[in-house]
Amino acid sequence: MNTDSRGRLLLSALVALILTVLPLPAWADPVRPQFLVLMVLFWSVNAPRTGGVALGFFCGLMLDVFQGPVLGEHALALSLAAYIFVREHQRIRSKPAFQQALIVFAALVVYEIVLFAIDGWTGHPITSPLRWIHTVTGALIWPPAAAMLAYGAGRRA
Amino acid sequence: MAAFGTGASRPLQGRGGSGFRFTFYAVLAVVVMYFDQRGHYLERIRYVLQGAAYPIQLAVSSPPAAWRWLRESFESREALRAENERLRREQRDLQLRSMRYEDLARENGELRGLRDALPPVADRWLAAEIVTVQVNGLRQRLLLNRGASNGVFKGQAVLDDKGLIGQTTHVGPWSAEVILITDPEHAVPVRIERTGLRTIAVGAGDTTSLALPYLPGNADIKAGDLLVTSGLGGVFPEGYPVARVTDVRRDAVQPLAQIRAAPLAHIDTDSEVMLVWFRADHPAAPTTPVPSGTRPDAPVELKSGNAAMQPQAAPRKLPSAPEPQPGPGQPPAAAPAAAPAKAQP
Repeated sequence: MNTDSRGRLLLSALVALILTVLPLPAWADPVRPQFLVLMVLFWSVNAPRTGGVALGFFCGLMLDVFQGPVLGEHALALSLAAYIFVREHQRIRSKPAFQQALIVFAALVVYEIVLFAIDGWTGHPITSPLRWIHTVTGALIWPPAAAMLAYGAGRRA
Repeated sequence: MAAFGTGASRPLQGRGGSGFRFTFYAVLAVVVMYFDQRGHYLERIRYVLQGAAYPIQLAVSSPPAAWRWLRESFESREALRAENERLRREQRDLQLRSMRYEDLARENGELRGLRDALPPVADRWLAAEIVTVQVNGLRQRLLLNRGASNGVFKGQAVLDDKGLIGQTTHVGPWSAEVILITDPEHAVPVRIERTGLRTIAVGAGDTTSLALPYLPGNADIKAGDLLVTSGLGGVFPEGYPVARVTDVRRDAVQPLAQIRAAPLAHIDTDSEVMLVWFRADHPAAPTTPVPSGTRPDAPVELKSGNAAMQPQAAPRKLPSAPEPQPGPGQPPAAAPAAAPAKAQP
């Protein structure tokens, strides 16, 4: 809640955003985890008052500007994922890292299903199975990423 | 939020609070999506947001750009000499080829019964650099370093020296997003140069090929045929090279031939492309006049584009659909071209 943690939040959001738009070779791109989504999920679990639905909405809007066909698409999906994590933050926080990764995987799948549906409804469908890969890589990278964020956040968790 | 004594005893916004918040933001997101998709009321907001995003995109793309610059500046003298030699040779060839161009243009004008030779359809060019940013992984988009402040408008043709690249979809103040012709959402009306047959080339989803899904099995087309823009559709003028047919498969069971073509533009190796303004009154201009040269000082004039000018979504392939066989002289592209325009990128 204090300005210090808000500064850390903004810093981590900026780093995650840069990692999201960093140019990668074509083969590596579908494998890239959605760092901004993981960042929002981390703050929603570990500091639900700082992070949460509003953070998800605005980070999603940023993703929309960078890569969305329609404004509001990622915003909706990410605020849904953040809502689930804020609601269940106590239960998720008490789980070991492996189970947390599984829960993150489920949340990423929900997030991607929302995106998939909106892509289809608005007439920009991507039916390639490649779009689902990042849910797996995101879950794999969750334990180290969360540990790093927790260290950076001054071990608030 | 009301303070309940110490911070620790304050109820976490777990149950009730965040549910209300989520509903609020979800409704907000749906409203934003509706207005962006349907009404284009958010064109101004998108314009501002894209301007705000550009510094980040530029910063992210600067290390690769710096690396490229460094590598170029340490290139050996030999390599530079060789390149210089090659360019000199190329320029000589081009000059030889264009020597008679003026004469031929005048002759062509006379043959067409026009008093004066026409000026070229391309009015002016603007070179734009590709900002090496991943705009969107699975969609095929580019980011250019020119925007509305350079007069770029939505739905503008983008070319390189070999052929068509795509068209602009979102224009920011200093940047523009380009949808490539190989994007599965993009369709470009083309003509087979050898026969004059018109059809539509749709992006096949990978970076190296286009599909021609609307030609009947008995259409006169073979590998090696050149596809040029047909001038229909309102974005690209007539006669610019698009792709070369690589593969024609005819299946007796299916009414339509399966045809692949490779784009001529070097989309993956280009670092610089051309934005082109066309003369609206030229006979080879796109059929729907494209507004040329929006005033650079008035971003209010940002063109949202005509729905018919937008890239159209590729219709689903229906293998068993009873397709009416068009006559041999009739362009088979008529039916899909008349399909309702949708897919606002």
